[in-house]
Amino acid sequence: MNEKQEKLIDKKGIRLDGRKADELRPVKLQVGVLGNADGSAYIEHGKNKILAAAFGPREVHPKHLMQADRMVLKVRYHMAPFSVQERKSPAPSRREVELSKVIKESLEPALFLELYPRTGVDVFIEVLQADGGTRCAAITAAALAIADAGVPMRDLVVGCAAGKVDDTVVLDLYDAEDKLGAADVPVAYMPSLNAITLLQMDGILDPEEFEKAVNMAMEGCKKIYDMQKEALKTKYMVVKEVEE
Amino acid sequence: MIGEFMPTFFEKKQLVTPGELLAEGDYLPGENTYVEAGKIFASRIGLVDSDNKKVNVVALRAFYVPKMGDIIIGTVTEVGFNGWTVNIKAPYTAMLRASDVLARPFKPQNDELSQVLTAGDLIVAKIASFDRAHDPQLTVGEPGLGKITRGQILHVTPTKIPRIIGRKGSMISMIKQETNCQIILGLNGVILVTGKALEDEELAIFVIRKIEEESHTSGLTDRITQLLKEKKQVKVEEKVE
Repeated sequence: MNEKQEKLIDKKGIRLDGRKADELRPVKLQVGVLGNADGSAYIEHGKNKILAAAFGPREVHPKHLMQADRMVLKVRYHMAPFSVQERKSPAPSRREVELSKVIKESLEPALFLELYPRTGVDVFIEVLQADGGTRCAAITAAALAIADAGVPMRDLVVGCAAGKVDDTVVLDLYDAEDKLGAADVPVAYMPSLNAITLLQMDGILDPEEFEKAVNMAMEGCKKIYDMQKEALKTKYMVVKEVEE
Repeated sequence: MIGEFMPTFFEKKQLVTPGELLAEGDYLPGENTYVEAGKIFASRIGLVDSDNKKVNVVALRAFYVPKMGDIIIGTVTEVGFNGWTVNIKAPYTAMLRASDVLARPFKPQNDELSQVLTAGDLIVAKIASFDRAHDPQLTVGEPGLGKITRGQILHVTPTKIPRIIGRKGSMISMIKQETNCQIILGLNGVILVTGKALEDEELAIFVIRKIEEESHTSGLTDRITQLLKEKKQVKVEEKVE
C-alpha cells in the first residue's frame, strides 16, 4: 500500500500523468451536439467522455411525479457498458442511481423551479468513457445542456474535484489517484453567485487539508467555468457574426 | 447624490450567458434577467440591451410560455368527451372546449366532436385563460380564429416572432403587402402563410426565414423590402421572356 502511494507523486511534485498538484486535466467542451434534444453538450475532461441531453420544460411523465407548485428536474446518469475496462452492466447500478440524485440536487439551485409549475425538465447523462471525476464532468456538461435548451438559470453549474494523494492536496483526481489516493472531494459551484451546490468527501482529511481541497476545487471550477461560457457562446456566436 | 455609482458590465448587444453580471445599482431587471443581492444577472443566453434603466436580454434560445390573449397556432392531438386537447408547443397542453367551438350548449348525444375537429387538425386560437394552477384554455370564438384549411405552416423560435412583426407591425405589414399573402403569426412560434399562388407563399416563407437568420441586424426592414423588390423584379423579367 505504502509503496503504491509513493508512486503517485514523484520527488519534483509531478503526478503520474505529468500534472502539477494544482493543474487541471485538459477540458474540451461542445454545445448543441445532438439534434433531437432541446439542448445538449459534450465534455472531454481528461480521458472522461460524457454526453448530456436536456429536454423541456415539458409535461411530466409519469404523472404522479408532477408538482403543483414547481418544475421537477429529472436526471439520469448512466455509464455505457464500454465506458470502463471491465464491462459494466447497462442496468442502473446503486452508484448510478445515487449519482443521478446527487447531480440533480446540484443542478436544482441553478434553476427557477417555481416559475414553471407542473412541468419537468429531463436531463440524460451518458458516460461514454470514464476516468475518475465523472460526476463533476457530468455536472459541467448537464448545466450547459440545460442552458442550451433555453431554460432560465441563475448561473451555470461547474463541477470539479480535489483530493489528497501521497499527503499532498491535489486538484482534479483521475481514476488511479481516486482509487489509490487518500481522499476525494467533489465540488459543484456557481461561480457568479459564489455558491457551492454539491460538496462530498470520500476518505479522510484533517480540517486544514479539507479547506485547502475545497478552495482548490473552487479555483478549478472557475477555470472550467470560463471554458463553459466560451463553449456556450461559440454555438450562438454564428448567429451574432451576421451582425458584424 | 443617490445612485451615483451605477456600473453596467456590458456593451450594447453583447452576447451573455446565464449568470453573467449585467448591472449594479439603480437599474431594473427586464426580460431574461434576475436580481440577486441588488445585482442584475442574465438568466438566458442572449444579447443584452438597456432601455433607460431597464436591462433586457434578448434570448437566443427560449420556449413559449402561454399568456392570456395570445394568438397561437396549435395541433389537435386528441378528441375528448367535451373538447379537444391541443399541442401548442409549450410546456403545457391546451384545452379547447366543445361549447366554445359550437357556440351553443354542447350535447354529447347530438354532436360528434370528431366531425368538427379531429386529431391532426391545425387551429388558430386565442389563449382564453391560463394561470399557475390550470392548463391553458383556448377559444376560437372570434373572427379570424378556427380551423386552418389551406396555406403553409412554418416553425420559428418563439423569441423571433417580435422581430418578424417589426416595430408597430412595420415588417409584417410590408411582407403581407409585397407578397399578397395572408400571414398569421402564432406567438408560440408557428406561422401560417396563405396566398393566392404557390410562388407568393414561397416568397413569404423565404423572407421570413431570412429574418429569422438575421434577426439581430439593424436596418433589417429596409433590407428585406429591397430583397422583396429584387425578387419580384426577377419574376417580372422571367414572365417577359
